[in-house]
Amino acid sequence: MNIDSINNGIVIDHITAGRGMRLYELLGLDKADCSIAIIKNAASGKLGKKDIIKIDADISIDFDVIGYVDPGITVNIIKGGILTEKKTIEMPERLTNVIKCKNPRCITSVEQELDHVFKLTDRNECVYRCIYCETKAK
Amino acid sequence: MRSLIDILDLTVDEIETLIDTANDIIDNPAKYSEKCRGKKLATLFFEPSTRTRLSFEAAMYELGGNVLGFSEAQSSSAAKGESVADTAKTISCYADIIAMRHPKEGAPYVASLNASIPVINAGDGGHNHPTQTLTDLLTIRREKGKISDLTVGFCGDLKFGRTVHSLITALSRYNNIKIVLISPEELKLPSYVKKDVLDKNGIEYTETTSLEEAIPTLDILYMTRVQRERFFNEEDYLRLKDSYILEPSKLAHAKSDLCIMHPLPRVNEISVSIDNDPRACYFKQVLYGKYARMALILMLLEEAKK
Repeated sequence: MNIDSINNGIVIDHITAGRGMRLYELLGLDKADCSIAIIKNAASGKLGKKDIIKIDADISIDFDVIGYVDPGITVNIIKGGILTEKKTIEMPERLTNVIKCKNPRCITSVEQELDHVFKLTDRNECVYRCIYCETKAK
Repeated sequence: MRSLIDILDLTVDEIETLIDTANDIIDNPAKYSEKCRGKKLATLFFEPSTRTRLSFEAAMYELGGNVLGFSEAQSSSAAKGESVADTAKTISCYADIIAMRHPKEGAPYVASLNASIPVINAGDGGHNHPTQTLTDLLTIRREKGKISDLTVGFCGDLKFGRTVHSLITALSRYNNIKIVLISPEELKLPSYVKKDVLDKNGIEYTETTSLEEAIPTLDILYMTRVQRERFFNEEDYLRLKDSYILEPSKLAHAKSDLCIMHPLPRVNEISVSIDNDPRACYFKQVLYGKYARMALILMLLEEAKK
């Protein structure tokens, strides 16, 4: 399958196969009006299979979301048809308004204006906890 | 601005300093009777708690300070829909330090992020209650002379009891502490506390359903109330509430220097006939709570000056 290469934009590569759609939604790409391709189950030497998202525009994306959904993903920034930046995204220390606290006893359940903030409490086990009530993110 | 939201906000050294201050207050109350002259403590109690609120108020009065506040959400601006953040900013204009109890977990933390004065968490739902834990640690130190080389038994509701989780967490930072968990199957200590606190810190612990079997090994017995509001149905509550009642006969094989603690209020889990036993420490624990809060208020007001 061929997807045209992009001139100015972002290629999110090495997404664990099956997580592409979730990442697409969490990044809010469904609301973007540029061309976006989601490639599922592409062949990968490293992973066997992988998903890829190609965004044909220089838009702003939240790297924290990427690090939370699938740490180890590669983000390639392309400008004028040239790869200008390549970075591997690790798990962020804090997540703000990416996920919501599900604990009905948490203060965020009654105070709508509060940011939903989670902090990484165990990098090995990928555990994030709400900074207010310490409930583990699911 | 330094606040106290979780007992782990304090280092072991800071807890030692607070305990030393509390002991000095007990020995020399006159030395501290004017320390907070001109200072105001705001007690913001969004849910009723007579014991904790009065303990804070007594602590501030004994330091020569004053107290203002409310004791239920209905008599506060929260009833009009004011946010915790706005309440904290407003009260910062009136008082020097806040003690807050709130039914929602994390509310005192939100207050601390927005207040320009120190905030003490006086209990946020089933989450944290650090001044109770500080009280418990002061009690252990006063009664046993140390917070190490001790076998501590926790009995009753270990599933929902926040005071239990918090004290276990605090004790996990001390040397050679052995924990004995005594509860019915339905109210066992949650596995995340075992994994994240006990296993992670290499704390030796055993679990049992028999209070009688465990008692002879204990230096400290921490009793808890089986709370009606924690059960979905009345039948389960009635079946379990009397499971672990401490009666004089059960103390027959206990150590002579056992220290019996309870965060109170009790329902019937400790027979009143034990109250006069020299091993009963739970009313002394209430008294120590006031001194622990005095030491904490002093420390936070001192740090706020810097």
